[in-house]
Amino acid sequence: MTAWLARRITQAVVTFGVAVALMFVLMRLAPGDPLSRMQEDRMMDPAEIAKTRAIFKLDQPIHRQFAAFVKGVLRGDLGLSIEHGLPVNTLLASRIGPTLLLGGATILLNFTLGLWLGVRQAVRRGSREDRTLTALSLAGYATPSFWLGLVLAWLVGIKLHWLPVAGMQSPLLAPDAPWLARAADIGAHLVLPALTLSIVTIAGTMRYQRAALLEVLRLPYIGTARAKGIPERAVIWRHAWRNALFPVITLFGLWLPLLVTGAVFVEMVFAWPGLGSLAAGAALGRDYPLVMGTALLAAGLVVTASLLTDVAYALLDPRVRYT
Amino acid sequence: MTLLQVRDLVKHYQAGRFFRGTTPPIRAVQGVSFDVETGETLALVGESGCGKSSVGRTVLRLQEPTAGSAVFEGSDLFSLDRTALRRMRRRMQIIFQDPYSSLNPRMTIGSAIAEGIEIHRLAKGKEVGRRVGALLEEVGLDPGYAGRYPHEFSGGQRQRIGIARALAVEPRFIVCDEPVSALDVSVQAQVLNLLADLQRERGLSYLFIAHDLAVVRQIARRVAVMYLGKIVEEGETEALLRQPRHPYTVALLSAVPEPDPRRQRSRIVLTGDLPSPSNPPPGCPFHPRCFHPRRDRRCRSEIPALRPVGATRAACHYAETTPSPETA
Repeated sequence: MTAWLARRITQAVVTFGVAVALMFVLMRLAPGDPLSRMQEDRMMDPAEIAKTRAIFKLDQPIHRQFAAFVKGVLRGDLGLSIEHGLPVNTLLASRIGPTLLLGGATILLNFTLGLWLGVRQAVRRGSREDRTLTALSLAGYATPSFWLGLVLAWLVGIKLHWLPVAGMQSPLLAPDAPWLARAADIGAHLVLPALTLSIVTIAGTMRYQRAALLEVLRLPYIGTARAKGIPERAVIWRHAWRNALFPVITLFGLWLPLLVTGAVFVEMVFAWPGLGSLAAGAALGRDYPLVMGTALLAAGLVVTASLLTDVAYALLDPRVRYT
Repeated sequence: MTLLQVRDLVKHYQAGRFFRGTTPPIRAVQGVSFDVETGETLALVGESGCGKSSVGRTVLRLQEPTAGSAVFEGSDLFSLDRTALRRMRRRMQIIFQDPYSSLNPRMTIGSAIAEGIEIHRLAKGKEVGRRVGALLEEVGLDPGYAGRYPHEFSGGQRQRIGIARALAVEPRFIVCDEPVSALDVSVQAQVLNLLADLQRERGLSYLFIAHDLAVVRQIARRVAVMYLGKIVEEGETEALLRQPRHPYTVALLSAVPEPDPRRQRSRIVLTGDLPSPSNPPPGCPFHPRCFHPRRDRRCRSEIPALRPVGATRAACHYAETTPSPETA
């Protein structure tokens, strides 16, 4: 197991390196560069352009730029954002909290409500409840998250005035308000984006969980478990569900990075101050250092999530042996 | 003494509904009656899809019956409520065909065997482990294997584990649903011998579901032959194999491989497929595939009853003149 883990981690690091390098090259191959954005705002004379290029090392060949970037990363320095004029580290640090909060809330909803509903559906297969939930989950799965976000924001926020629709904190709240009031304020702001993101992902979780559990429920060992006289609840949860978890773990591994970085649309709709909106702005402005910073984070998450999935498999399934 | 008495058992499956439309139900079991005596084996034979497995599962109420009754040790199994049924589960167990999927892959075999003991409070604490060890030994496995997982065993070993698991709750009656069909022939014999030994030592009764008459000859005193959800012939194994009265039994027997190459014997190959159980033919269910020379209009309209003919009971209008496997 230790040897396998060491090999698997090496593999993850290599994947990570290749992904980051690709991102670096791709970004520079794409048309336009950071200065074209700057020139939209005001005309710059050639000398000024050359000076700015030199500051961000854009006048150097690509391999030199990459070497400088890698050196920086190894020192823990991701450079200066061209657009914001702030260190990339500082920007990422200020945005990661809200993103983790939103992603965490979504994952929590997903893997409680989503799994539970999927199990219910499988157990009550063919019932009215199952068919209704199937229709709802398909509709949820097919709904684009930005559209759903806009509709929810319009309906719940603007028409009904139930919940705030933008940002993470109310600007009117005094900064020295008691922590409970501030938490409640953040919570209220969290509901709509988390709900929007959850509706789409829960639908997927439900479908996967339902299918996986149905697959297991028709196996003979479920029959023998029932024949032993075990209460039905224990048959479902202890015998069947545990064996129907694996596809869902895979799904979890696929979604973990998506929920942290892929919430771009939802973050933009609700003006959530997270990484998604930061990354979107950076890509539009060709802010190379900031794009690389977010890409680094995203690639790291993808690689870590798939590593965690593999480890979870190894721990949960006695049939999986790593040598 | 009669341990289990099944009367007019019916099991229909409602096929999938597509939007509002309904399809006719699949009539898997259409009025099956039989008795299982204490300490004896009744074999239920027939081809795939004839409803024999449905009989086994419905009798244990792993599936709910559509109609009929089953009296086990004096109590009607089909009217038991949930708690009474769970208590009754101890007395009746099942062994499945596929030794690979009959064991929970995430449970050690020791805990799979122990689970039944604990649920029914047959032992406590260390005694549970001792019993698991004794059971493993009884089925010919090393008690030290208790901590291993199912994937570490061969097919024959897993079937032994399945048997130990069934025995753990000290049942009187076991449904063996094709327990050796998935095993190599050499391993088949070992498992059959084990089942026979356990029957003798523990006074067990088996409902032995099979499609292989050679296996049935080895284990069962009585046989019931099923075709399309009905018992078409029933009797003592030896008598039924010596002189089958139903044309379907004759055809089944002719399919058993004959080890002696000098013996002349014709093989009856049935034409056509098994008719759909959701739309069974009228009259005798076997008539579209029957080769009986006297087959006539009566077979197409009138359902033959199971009646004594010679040494067995057969459901054929012309059972008296059924050709023997040698002459057919």
